[in-house]
Amino acid sequence: MELVAIFISAILINNFVLHYFLGICPFLGVSKRIDSAFSMGLAVTFVMTITAIVSWIINHWVLIPYNLDYLQIVSFILVIASLVQLVEMFIRKTSPPLYQALGIYLPLITTNCAILGLALLAALKNYSFIETIIFGLGSGIGFTLAIVLMAGIREQLDMADVPEVLKGPGIALITAGIMALGFLGFTGMLK
Amino acid sequence: MAEKTISNEFTKGLWSENPIFRQLLGLCPTLAVTNAVVNGLAMGAATTFVLLFSSIVISSIKKLIPNQVRIASFIVVIATFVTVADRFLAAFFPDISKALGPYVPLIVVNCIILGRQEAFSSKNPVFRSIIDALGMGIGFTISLLILSSIREILGNGTFFGIPLTGAWFKPWLIMILPPGAFFTLGLLMGIFKYLDKKRK
Repeated sequence: MELVAIFISAILINNFVLHYFLGICPFLGVSKRIDSAFSMGLAVTFVMTITAIVSWIINHWVLIPYNLDYLQIVSFILVIASLVQLVEMFIRKTSPPLYQALGIYLPLITTNCAILGLALLAALKNYSFIETIIFGLGSGIGFTLAIVLMAGIREQLDMADVPEVLKGPGIALITAGIMALGFLGFTGMLK
Repeated sequence: MAEKTISNEFTKGLWSENPIFRQLLGLCPTLAVTNAVVNGLAMGAATTFVLLFSSIVISSIKKLIPNQVRIASFIVVIATFVTVADRFLAAFFPDISKALGPYVPLIVVNCIILGRQEAFSSKNPVFRSIIDALGMGIGFTISLLILSSIREILGNGTFFGIPLTGAWFKPWLIMILPPGAFFTLGLLMGIFKYLDKKRK
């Protein structure tokens, strides 16, 4: 039950983009078309789940036993950077179709603050191993949901008559605000 | 001539290359911590500190860093200063550190800092990098202050925690919640663009 709660809240209530404001750069940058937004979402979900696992292991087996908590920031960012490289090489060798789909989005993920945010938040909330995996997966799905919805709206917006000065980032942010407003409605779902 | 370009180096961060409104960099902390002026100021100061010291270090050792591993080296330098800032806030301002939560460590992935190292410090002498970092840092801080003032006054009726409005004012709770952040920044960008057009 606890796990279901973590999963649902990571997707809908504490959505990474609309509640924690993490991953805003790809959220605004790669949300012009639905298919590329979906690929980006997939790549992020994939890397988030793996990051959740690896950062938990490092935090609980290395940093905490040796009282090195203050190295969290440095070690997490290095692990994420090398992890993304490894994942990219691994996918290229083993699954060309998946590599085609994720392609250029993988390297971009290193600088995505959502990934480091996930590792830090999971460490902050003191989740167990299983909870961390669920949290990572749920957050990834939540990101995908938000970015695909956004892309859908923006495809329509292209045809709308937007005031000249609000074109581009301005209207995108206001749209995101309305989406965040909608997502606030989920808050009552879980106590 | 030289003097003029140095002052240009400084002022470009404030307006023509303002990190938030112009380059759309560092939006995550911008939206997340601007629910109160104190938080915005602390985040601006911490980011400026990290930006300034990473710029000094990187522009002094730029000749020693091999080109292939430069991004990784930049990140290690930045992460070191972020750890310093994080520990400092936790030790001296525990309340602010708690309010900012994971967003202080997240300065590491703030694109402003890595962007300036890549675009400026790794190619310019130390002094110019300091000026550039200060300009960008202050431009970022001012933008955070504008955004957080609007949100705190409308959303809470206070400024720096001091009540501004009388009992007749019912605070717009939505302004300090996530949607308020998006709305305010979106509208500010529109205003910024409008002013810029008029100037031309």
